[in-house]
Amino acid sequence: MEKRALKLKVNGQEYEVFINPKTLLVEVIRDHLGFTGTKRGCETVSCGACSVLVEDMVVKGCSILAVQVEGMNVTTVEGLEDNGKLSPIQRAFLDQGAYQCGFCTSGMLMSATAFLKENEGKSVTEHEIREGIEGNICRCTGYNSIVRAIDAVAQGKYKEA
Amino acid sequence: MIHDFNYLKPGSLKEALSMLSEHKDECKVICGGQSLLIVMRQGMVAPEYLLDIKHVKELNYISFDAKDGLKIGATTTHRTIEKSDVIAKNYPVLVAMENKLASIQTRNWGTIGGNLAHADPAGDPAPVLISLKASIKVGNVNGERVFPLDEFFVDYFATQKDDDELVLEVQVPVPPPKTGAAYQKFNLLDSDMGIVATAASVTLNDDGTCKEARIVLGNAGPIPLRVKRAEEMLVGKKYDEALFAEAGKIASEDCEPVADIHASEAHRRHVISVLTKRMLKKAWDQARA
Repeated sequence: MEKRALKLKVNGQEYEVFINPKTLLVEVIRDHLGFTGTKRGCETVSCGACSVLVEDMVVKGCSILAVQVEGMNVTTVEGLEDNGKLSPIQRAFLDQGAYQCGFCTSGMLMSATAFLKENEGKSVTEHEIREGIEGNICRCTGYNSIVRAIDAVAQGKYKEA
Repeated sequence: MIHDFNYLKPGSLKEALSMLSEHKDECKVICGGQSLLIVMRQGMVAPEYLLDIKHVKELNYISFDAKDGLKIGATTTHRTIEKSDVIAKNYPVLVAMENKLASIQTRNWGTIGGNLAHADPAGDPAPVLISLKASIKVGNVNGERVFPLDEFFVDYFATQKDDDELVLEVQVPVPPPKTGAAYQKFNLLDSDMGIVATAASVTLNDDGTCKEARIVLGNAGPIPLRVKRAEEMLVGKKYDEALFAEAGKIASEDCEPVADIHASEAHRRHVISVLTKRMLKKAWDQARA
């Protein structure tokens, strides 16, 4: 199979990889570039563990051909912090203990990040928060603390002074 | 594991159609790929060529005017439809349907054209669009054809579209005055496909009797099924809850649901009767409002 050069930007850094066109976005992110925060879970567009942002839209990396994000900006969980300082939603997850086994966490953080950006400045209901993470399954069922963490950020509790 | 394929990336619609015409027998078209990549990974689909139209900009649009109605380009994502103000204003049932289609991630990347071309009878958009009398435009290098959407599907995962044709556009007419439309699927998780689903639209006469109705079932047979016997039964009738129950009974008889891990055939028929009754009432209430 003829390989293709693919240029994309991940977490603000430009990369060029040489891939079989059947390579999935999650494979480029993990196996070619080493961002292993993004997890491979069900691989059937169900669980959301592989969620990343493409141009600020949350998508499932297991079900997108990497060649389709040519030239685009991809953000993984590693890209949420800024010079060692965790993002508001990451700090809220820590404060709320929004983890059990942790496997869903990076995907949850990406959906939560997209949700908070889309609803910036709006007041959101608990139901809307739960719909915002509808594509992410927590197999430990630790949803309540995750919802509390997102709610805390939505309410402006993690705004910089 | 996904089999190797030759990747084709056209820069325009014209180029896409010409590539498709050249490789039609051994080619699959990918747009968002939210359905296709699953069956490719399972090895059920293993094309020699994969034609990627995700970034064909000419097919990414939503337009509306009060005469011609709504036109949605094939590569428009579900999320764009869900967030469209003009669709929310004129076709709120479409926004409500999109809001429950799979997950946000899938709606962000998956497209309306891909969904309809995939022709999964459990797909959400087709029953709603058929209840709104939508049409679908397909085309190849030689020209275009338009099908009423309720004539487009022929079997599980099969449509009237030829191998060298692309889905180009979905067209939805302006609903007549005094029209209501509703859709609901039955499932256990919001982001799952429907175990069964019902879309209904009702148009009333000035005296409040039913002028026309459409009832379309999802995942109740090999294709989205219209319940024509119940549609005809409703014409000329007055608002009556017993009438909605009767239509539900007909719907549960005139379908061909399968039994699988999610539900038995009998349970599916039962849920269809309930959903049909409820959606007719909901559509009728809207039409009266």
